[in-house]
Amino acid sequence: MLRQKRIQRRKILIRILIYILLSVGALLVSIPFLWMISTALKPIGEIFAFPPRFIPPHPLWSNFLIALTEYPFGLYLKNTLIVTTISTLGTIISCSTVAFSFARLRWPGRDLLFIAALATMMLPEQVTMIPTFILFRYLGWVNTFLPLIIPAWFARQPFYVFLLRQFFMTIPVELDDAARIDGAGFLDIYLRIIIPMSKPALGIVAILFFQFKWDEFMAPLIYLHDSELFTLALGLRAFSSEYGTQWNLMMAASCVFMLPLIITYYLAQKYYVQGIVFTGLKG
Amino acid sequence: MNKRKKEILAGYLFALPWIIGFILFIAGPMVASVFLSFTNWNLLIPPKWIGFKNYYTLLEEDELVPQALKVTTYYAFTSVPLRVIIGLLLAILLNQDIKLRSFFRTIYYLPSVSSGVAVSILWLWLLNSEFGLINYFLKLIRINGPSWLTDSRYVIPAFVLMSLWGVGGSMLIYLAGLQDIPTEYYEVAEIDGANSIQRFWYIVLPLMSPIIFFNLVTGLIAALQTFTQAFIMTGGGPYNSSLFFVLYLYRQAFTFLKMGYASALAWVLFIYIFLLTLLIIRSSTIWVFYGRH
Repeated sequence: MLRQKRIQRRKILIRILIYILLSVGALLVSIPFLWMISTALKPIGEIFAFPPRFIPPHPLWSNFLIALTEYPFGLYLKNTLIVTTISTLGTIISCSTVAFSFARLRWPGRDLLFIAALATMMLPEQVTMIPTFILFRYLGWVNTFLPLIIPAWFARQPFYVFLLRQFFMTIPVELDDAARIDGAGFLDIYLRIIIPMSKPALGIVAILFFQFKWDEFMAPLIYLHDSELFTLALGLRAFSSEYGTQWNLMMAASCVFMLPLIITYYLAQKYYVQGIVFTGLKG
Repeated sequence: MNKRKKEILAGYLFALPWIIGFILFIAGPMVASVFLSFTNWNLLIPPKWIGFKNYYTLLEEDELVPQALKVTTYYAFTSVPLRVIIGLLLAILLNQDIKLRSFFRTIYYLPSVSSGVAVSILWLWLLNSEFGLINYFLKLIRINGPSWLTDSRYVIPAFVLMSLWGVGGSMLIYLAGLQDIPTEYYEVAEIDGANSIQRFWYIVLPLMSPIIFFNLVTGLIAALQTFTQAFIMTGGGPYNSSLFFVLYLYRQAFTFLKMGYASALAWVLFIYIFLLTLLIIRSSTIWVFYGRH
């Protein structure tokens, strides 16, 4: 009896300890975000106050307005949306057709090429970066969105091919066979069976790629030189070098930049874990 | 055309986007990059073949190459193991039978939604030596915070600290793995009288080792390619103490337009990453447990 009570007590203690650890950790992790928002709402005089105040007494929402109008936010947003949507669409289409071929069709050399595709996931971007730049420069594509869009239409990110292939493999082959007997071609199988049954996986690919593209910095930096072509990431950097110490405005701009990333994560969070399952990373 | 031939044709057609992309954006550029690394080319006049001169320069003469390798290695070897350990511990805590699990998961994951410019600017402000929040907290416990980003001793630790903030991404992968461990394993262990440390050591760790391995490899590859944070926050300074390798490569290629030299640098990075990955893969036969397959 006594022993059982002791064990019970210990379990409760451990439980409390876990909650304390998790809460302290959560607080530490969220402080930078809270501080970002807090700074974004302060007048310039108050951001250098000591000791710092966490909740600004008179939140200055106009900082957001200034941050969004002082630099051509609308233009950068438009540029970013053009680049992200067209390249996301390209990734979905190209990666799903390729994954379909790797998962469902038998052709000589398939397994070898699939291994090659996997191997390129490990290849550091920098090895191909310079010749690719030279190629696009030769084509006259520097200072256009094309270098940021076109590779996506050719499944340049094999990770998504891999993810979709793993998912397609879980769809029963019998469905294909039945459709074949009914006289369906491969395009029909891809469009009428595989794609409709893979909406969650395609959704994950779309979200992951969108977030990657929204956040992408080095490629836009290399290819976009005119400020009218800047994406938000480049614009944010230009803004920060111009408004160096106006931390309130810079934090406001950063908040706005991160918002779509946070929203898309929030909407899709349950698929994230599923995505990990598809890729077979678990055990 | 018979059925089999049709399937083969369809196979190639559906794979065509990747095949073209592979030739145009991967295999072709790789071959070109090897060639370029033996030339001197500033984009303005035609490339000039100079043999091994670029490689000689970077191995023997350019002092910034060992510096960049040192900085990058120091960062990767500190940040990646810490991220593995903290990510796994967090996932284990979250995997307990607790309330508000999805709330905690979201909070911990959120910092990793962005890793680029916005996060760099945020941390520039947090690490500000006079008005930054981090040094304010340090002051509360009577520590005089360093000037993180302008002191060559603290700049890499600052980047490591910042990378730990984004540990949620790998935590999510560990969590998915932990949820896959059958509960019977724990029950049997408990009946056998194993305490929680033993359960961690003999059940969790072996079963999680393939996932740790995956996170270690991908984390290392990513860390060795660090660019944006350094470009935005320090520009490689002070005195090249945060001159990450890719930052140096970028500078050679796109500031000085030394396309040949930068290509040689890219291959050095590739070989370095390749060797380190190989080392981990080789060692994995000892510590990664694939017993469940």
